[in-house]
Amino acid sequence: MSQTTAPAAVPRDLAAPRAATTPSGKPHDFSRKYWVFAVPAAVVIGAVIVFPWLFTVFMSVQDWKVGGGIDYVGMENFRQLMADTRFQEAMWHTLYFTVLGVALPVVLGTAAALVFHREFPFRGFLRTVFVMPMMATPVAVSLVWKMMFHPQLGVLNYLLSLVGIGPSEWVFNPNTVIPTLVLVEVWHWTPLVMLIVLGGLAGLPKEPYESAVIDGANGWHMFRYITLPLLWPFIMIALIIRTIDALKAFDIIFVISEGGPGTASETMNIFLYLQAFQFYKIGYASAVVVIFFGIVVALSLLLLYTRQKSKWNA
Amino acid sequence: MAKLIGDLSRRDLLKSTALVAAGAVAAPAIVSRANAQSKFDWKRYKGEKIDVMLVKTPRGDLLQQHEKEFTELTGIEVSSEQIPEQQQRQKAMIEFTSGRPTFDVCMLALHVQKRLSYKGKWTDDLRPLINNPEMTNPDFDVADFGEAGMNFATQADGVINTLPHFVDFWMLYYNKELFAAKGVEYPKSMDEIITAASKLNDPSKGVYGFVSRGLKNANIPVWTSWLLGQGLETIDPKTGKLNTDGPEAVWAGEFYRKLNKEFAPPGTIGFNWNECQTSFMQGRAAMWLDGIGFATPLEDPTKSKVVGKVGYGITPPGPKAHHSAIFADGLGIAQMSKKKGPAWYYIQWATNKENQLRMLKAGAGAPARQSPFKNPEGTQSKTFAKDYFDCMAGSGKIGRPGLPQIIPVTEFRDIFGVALTNTLSGADVAAELKKATETFKPVLEKSEQG
Repeated sequence: MSQTTAPAAVPRDLAAPRAATTPSGKPHDFSRKYWVFAVPAAVVIGAVIVFPWLFTVFMSVQDWKVGGGIDYVGMENFRQLMADTRFQEAMWHTLYFTVLGVALPVVLGTAAALVFHREFPFRGFLRTVFVMPMMATPVAVSLVWKMMFHPQLGVLNYLLSLVGIGPSEWVFNPNTVIPTLVLVEVWHWTPLVMLIVLGGLAGLPKEPYESAVIDGANGWHMFRYITLPLLWPFIMIALIIRTIDALKAFDIIFVISEGGPGTASETMNIFLYLQAFQFYKIGYASAVVVIFFGIVVALSLLLLYTRQKSKWNA
Repeated sequence: MAKLIGDLSRRDLLKSTALVAAGAVAAPAIVSRANAQSKFDWKRYKGEKIDVMLVKTPRGDLLQQHEKEFTELTGIEVSSEQIPEQQQRQKAMIEFTSGRPTFDVCMLALHVQKRLSYKGKWTDDLRPLINNPEMTNPDFDVADFGEAGMNFATQADGVINTLPHFVDFWMLYYNKELFAAKGVEYPKSMDEIITAASKLNDPSKGVYGFVSRGLKNANIPVWTSWLLGQGLETIDPKTGKLNTDGPEAVWAGEFYRKLNKEFAPPGTIGFNWNECQTSFMQGRAAMWLDGIGFATPLEDPTKSKVVGKVGYGITPPGPKAHHSAIFADGLGIAQMSKKKGPAWYYIQWATNKENQLRMLKAGAGAPARQSPFKNPEGTQSKTFAKDYFDCMAGSGKIGRPGLPQIIPVTEFRDIFGVALTNTLSGADVAAELKKATETFKPVLEKSEQG
């Protein structure tokens, strides 16, 4: 199938620009002359990524509280973290929040994309309305949601009462706080998933569907065996973005529940915030960052690997 | 008297009148000379410029609104900024620790930063300035600052590294209409709060007997208010002993749980002051224990359904003592500031009688000075009834710190806050307080060593 052309068959003048060789005919060594162009990017990456990261690792092995001295303690911060039941709880809360906060928007966003892909009256207008939550500032919407969750005076319990359902304590109950926070997350970020999947749907080829109709496939078969596999790379992109977003969720949780009641919604980010900016335990907080970074990288690699596997031509 | 006048000759009377008239004419010159003798001069630092960091509050607004007055008086330019509470505390911590603060004057929350500011040498001892007649206005009147505020601003060894600006008293808001409807009197003791709450509690009508903070960290002053009724602070200010798991602390914890579980609206476990305020403001709670600084919206007809019905009661006495938990803000001069003179002038102006009176008149909270409460102008208000001012003045006389005066205050609030919240979920009070005390002990010990 593939045929290669021998470089020798191409006239020398056309094979490479004149400047690519020295007067003596030897090829230029670009790597030596033009490395200077890479310096600005290298400096920026070094300053904003590599240095902070190395410094965080350095701090994670120190006992350092703002206003106090710095003592090298080796892996002591990590050992303490592993024994800290509150940190373990925070990891569990993060996992719980992330699983729900990824799964629900992806399922609902995909469903919404399938709906909005069809032709119907006012489709453009309704699409715009649907994506509006995504444009709202998280802190502002969190404050509004918090008012709506008020057990006595919030509108949500009033709405529940209209359909005969008893009042809920929403974020004011340790058992319901995380699912309720996920509700806000779903409302906020489902439109993003919808947009990604909608983009994927617009690019799907028509031929497989025509063949399927000729073969007698029904709607479900076409969705299950054609649409979903073809959409999978796009859903994976949505999954990766949502997972990273949900893992680092802070604003919604902090504004609405502050990690409470008690520690019922204290995720790793809230735990980290407390250690770093309330208790000023920089060394301990840096150890949390190092562990958190490891988790994010591992998950991202796993998702990227899965995405590679899900490519159409894989 | 008539005889005395009758004995005076016409010449004597004329002489006396002339002397009085001469005295009246000469008085300003005498006062001016006296001030000149005091060597204090408001214009000493004319042309200087200072930076001031305030907390975003109605008090900060008032100071900023009247800054021009200070500049006209002294010729000192002021560049001030107001920052929300949490961020302001973080900024203060980082900048003071860096050794190069960008401000000359800083507002500090004494209930959180008192010991920290002293141990970290954040701010200067103000006593040499206060005692220096060249630097302090003769009218400043330090003795006018209330005992509660001054105690808060004074360190254990007598150093005064801030001057109190604002004091917040914890007290009991109550709905007079609901009380009258059920024929309930204002509680005369802490135990009577429970009796009153049980009579006023009517969940079928959406009305609850009592509301207070349940959210961790925010809930600590509720517990400490009850503990003060046992005559104890959470950490003994003299010995440093933790009073957090003894029988008195457990009693206060049980009291906290009973009120917040049996007579409070659903969900109080996650309530901070604003949720409590909303419940009370909408007439859904008969009593609310919190700081008096949250009173203004209750009397705002656009926000509140209880305008004119709010009673302001001093925290009732406990089994062994009668105290009101207090919180305070103070103003200090950064030790690293190169403009300490102008900075001290600013503090004198900010905490003078006129500005403190303005605070009271504006309903922006309780001033640290006593004179505004004695001034009829200060307590004549279209917004608040007399009991509001009586409550502030009365609470000031029995005020004791609502939080321990230690460095790791935030850790204290977090650890014990979680313990108290857990009790609302059914955990045993004594066990939770014991566990929290064990967790907190090493944190406290380390902070004192470091």
